Amino acid sequence: MQNRRDFLKIAGLSALGITGANPVLDAFAAGGHDAEESVFRILKNEKALKAEQWAMVIDTRKFESEEALEPIVEACHKLHNVPDFGDPELIEENGDCAEANKRHEIKWIWEEEYGHAFPGKAGEFVNDRIKHLPFLVLCNHCEEPPCVRVCPTKATFKREDGIVLMDFHRCIGCRFCMAACPYGSRSFNFRDPRPFIKKEDRNPEFPTRMKGVVEKCNFCAERLAVGKEPACVEASDGAIAFGDLSDPESSVRELLKSNYTIRRKQGLGTGPAVYYIV
Amino acid sequence: MANNKQIYDKGKVVAGLVIFVFIVLSPFLYNLGKAAPAPELKLTDKAKAAKECVLPKEEMKAGHMQLLDLWREKVVREASRVYVNTEGKEFAMSLSNTCLDCHSNKADFCDRCHNYASVSPYCWDCHIDNPKEISDAK
Repeated sequence: MQNRRDFLKIAGLSALGITGANPVLDAFAAGGHDAEESVFRILKNEKALKAEQWAMVIDTRKFESEEALEPIVEACHKLHNVPDFGDPELIEENGDCAEANKRHEIKWIWEEEYGHAFPGKAGEFVNDRIKHLPFLVLCNHCEEPPCVRVCPTKATFKREDGIVLMDFHRCIGCRFCMAACPYGSRSFNFRDPRPFIKKEDRNPEFPTRMKGVVEKCNFCAERLAVGKEPACVEASDGAIAFGDLSDPESSVRELLKSNYTIRRKQGLGTGPAVYYIV
Repeated sequence: MANNKQIYDKGKVVAGLVIFVFIVLSPFLYNLGKAAPAPELKLTDKAKAAKECVLPKEEMKAGHMQLLDLWREKVVREASRVYVNTEGKEFAMSLSNTCLDCHSNKADFCDRCHNYASVSPYCWDCHIDNPKEISDAK
């Protein structure tokens, strides 16, 4: 005879049975997982450089002309297979038009004048030296990166060591990040970049990009992983310092302590990690 | 009332059925015995000399895509770049620098199976398989 009382009894017992069995099932699942993990291990390179927030201090006093910046830009762009859409030879070879190609420009690190790099600071009357000083600009690897906030696929993200990195595999090319970045640090591949990377300059150790993804400076994450400083730092002959912002003993903190520095568009609250000694 | 169960126009129906079955089976009959043989892979000298891949051959055959996916996740997101396999051998987790270093013959290695299985992964849109080959192709 079924009545409400019997029904509740059975329901209660069944519920107990299900919850009672759960820990047992969990143990089985965990057991399987453990067995899988013991098969291989994934480690970090022992030589890898570590930090809580990587930062860069650029001593602009040591760069007098645009020519001084060229080897730095070249070192970066060659290493990372950044295409040069403005190269006359390549334009000729691909049968393109220089004007149209200018809009497709890809840049990781480039030269900018004071007024453009620091629009909030440039008044009408600027010190003559500063006015003509070339500023090296790149991704600021912000402490609060707006590009990361807007990315719908988490293709761009902030790594534990403060680097704002791109996972090109995951980028869908929506360009929200480009709209969000106040520094113009990001470039979009409107077309296949490969024909515009000189064959002899191609670095097979680093991937190129494909049409439809956004790219930017990665603070040489691939070099840090094997214990090397970023390529621009190496090529700068001591004009660029690189170190951990959270370590009071680091080279960048020493420089920040002893020099007056400025940051790009600091008022926006993104916390740029690239500092300029002027 | 035995006639009840009789099929009207029996001859036509049966003939129609035979034709229908034949049409449905025709692609299979057409391709009978013509199955493409499993592709034979060529190994580079370097791969031959190494003998062992990251995982045993059968596992690599079946699961290299999962392995690559794991590698990508670990390298890009966690900055872990070293993989230690069951034998205790270390590998740098890199498609460009580890996999394609040994297997530098994309056309005779990667492509043969991928074409056979009718898959077209776009790894090489970004990862340079063999710089020489690219420049020759142009």
